[in-house]
Formats: sequence, C-alpha cells, structure tokens
Amino acid sequence: MKVRVLIRLKPGILDVQGAAVLRALAGLGFADARELRVGKLIDIEVDAATPAAAQQRVDEMCRKLLANTILEDYTIEAVEAGRLAPRQAVR
Amino acid sequence: MRFGVVVFPGTWSDCDFHYVISEVIRQPVKYVWHRDRNLSDLDCVILPGGFSYGDYLRAGAVAGKSPVVEALLEFVANGGYVLGSCNGFQILCEAGLLPGVLMRNECLQYRCQSTNLLVENVETPFTRGLRAGQVLTMPISHGEGKYYADPPTLAALKARHGIVFRYATADGQVVKAANPNGSVENIAGVVNETGTVLGLMPHPERAAETAMGGTDGLLLLQSLLGTLVEDGTFLKR
Repeated sequence: MKVRVLIRLKPGILDVQGAAVLRALAGLGFADARELRVGKLIDIEVDAATPAAAQQRVDEMCRKLLANTILEDYTIEAVEAGRLAPRQAVR
Repeated sequence: MRFGVVVFPGTWSDCDFHYVISEVIRQPVKYVWHRDRNLSDLDCVILPGGFSYGDYLRAGAVAGKSPVVEALLEFVANGGYVLGSCNGFQILCEAGLLPGVLMRNECLQYRCQSTNLLVENVETPFTRGLRAGQVLTMPISHGEGKYYADPPTLAALKARHGIVFRYATADGQVVKAANPNGSVENIAGVVNETGTVLGLMPHPERAAETAMGGTDGLLLLQSLLGTLVEDGTFLKR
C-alpha cells in the first residue's frame, strides 16, 4: 500500500522557516503571499492487506517517530493499493 | 564512579567529554556505542552534542528511538544519572525522558557563543554544589536550541522546579536580550521529576579548563561526584 503523510507545525507554533521564506517571496515581488508555513511530506510503502490496516500502521509510525506531537500535527493523506513510482534519476 | 559517553553516528562532543572526565575530574570512563544495550556497569551516562544520525527528520528524533536510548529508559528507572548536553538534550526530549522539545532558533542563525546561565534549582545531583542565583558561563553551539513546551507542561515544569538554568545577563538578569535562541522563558536546561536526568543546550565540557576560557562546566560534574559519594554509589563500586 502507498501511504502519504503530511506533517505540519500545529497552529499557533511560530514557524520561523516559513516566515523567512515568505520574506524571500515578498523580496521577489510576490507581495500577495500572505501566510506561509513549511511542513514535511513523507511517502511510505507498507505491506498491508487492506488500506485500513495500512493507515493504522502508519498512524502508529507517526506517533512513535515521524511526528513530534508536541509541535506537529500529522494527516494521513492518501492510502492506495500498489507501489510507489520508481524513483526518477536526478541529473 | 563510572561514566559512559554515548557515541552516535554524527556525535561530535564525545571526545571532549571523555577527555574532561578522564583527565580533568579523573574518573573511569568508556565510550558506549549507540547499538549497545548494556549500561549495567555505569553510574552516569552522558549524551554529548553533535548531529546524531545527521539530525534527520528532527534533531535527536532518530537517536531518541535508538537501542542505547531504549536501554536508557530502564537505566533511569533504576536510578542511574544522565547528563545530556546540546544534541543530548534534544535526544532526551525526543525520547520522552524530559518534557518539551527543541526547535529551530528563532533568529534562524546557528549560534556559537558564550552564554551566561542563571542557576535556579540547586536541589539536583548536578547542581547541589552551586548557589541559587549564581551565574555560570558556558558556550552554546547549536541551530536548534529553542526550548518549547505547551502551557500546561510549562506550568507543571515550573511547579516542580524543573527549570535548572535560564539564559541571563552576566549579572543574572533574565531578559530577552540574553536569550540566544528564542527559548520560552529563557530556558536553557531542565531536569526530570526525580532530578536524575539533566538536559541543557550549553556545553559544560567546553568550559572545563582555564585554557578553554573557564571552568564553570566542571561544577556540574563535581556536584555529581559529591552526590555519588553521599548516596553511597561511589562506595559500592
């Protein structure tokens, strides 16, 4: 099963990295950019019989390691049968 | 007393701690590899600074779940002493041995400088040789040292006097200008509920000889030695 997890800082936690990126955008003329927060995307391939089982395993992984729930919220975005696309060669 | 200095891939202060323990305070010390689970012959485990596992995912996150840190949970439950500095503090927080978490510095800069630390709790095994209100000078060297805990956790931490050090001016004023990384309430170091696990962002091992610019870091290790003599650990060996 292919599982995609999004991890982001909880609302109200100051995102200094996001603020710096927002300032850089403003410097490039994107004054219309208002709010910017940087998060993480993690794609995992899990051996599981059903999407529900995969989701449950990944939820456990998030609580144990992938997210620090003091700071971060996580959402399990998509669970699909099949394998992740092979990694493209980077040149 | 016997010290163990934990080495993760990417640890950088391990040799400094080993040197200070063996050559300055002259106690038996050995390195402990991150895959080791046997800590039974140690009185105090040191988690040194550095970038364990490249700080991948989050600083200290992967190390916080490593075999040696799993063994550390039992070591702490049995009353063993643990000192985590810099990356070691991040690892202790990620492992749940200390409350809160360390985040990217608010200034976004890597800060490598001397800091003044106001001593708030002198009832711990690591600070019993100090006076409350004393100011220590120790260097910091980190990019992710902004201590954060949610309001209920912070209130509980304060209620049990878990805050040991705060960033301050040379005369002990806890002000924003003395805060190098944006830590909540200038927090630089905290202890667990039993006082046996201390985490701090500054580097005591880099303030341990006059040639290094100061010896305030030694006071923590000397306090600990005094504690071990008093509680009998030292004599049992």
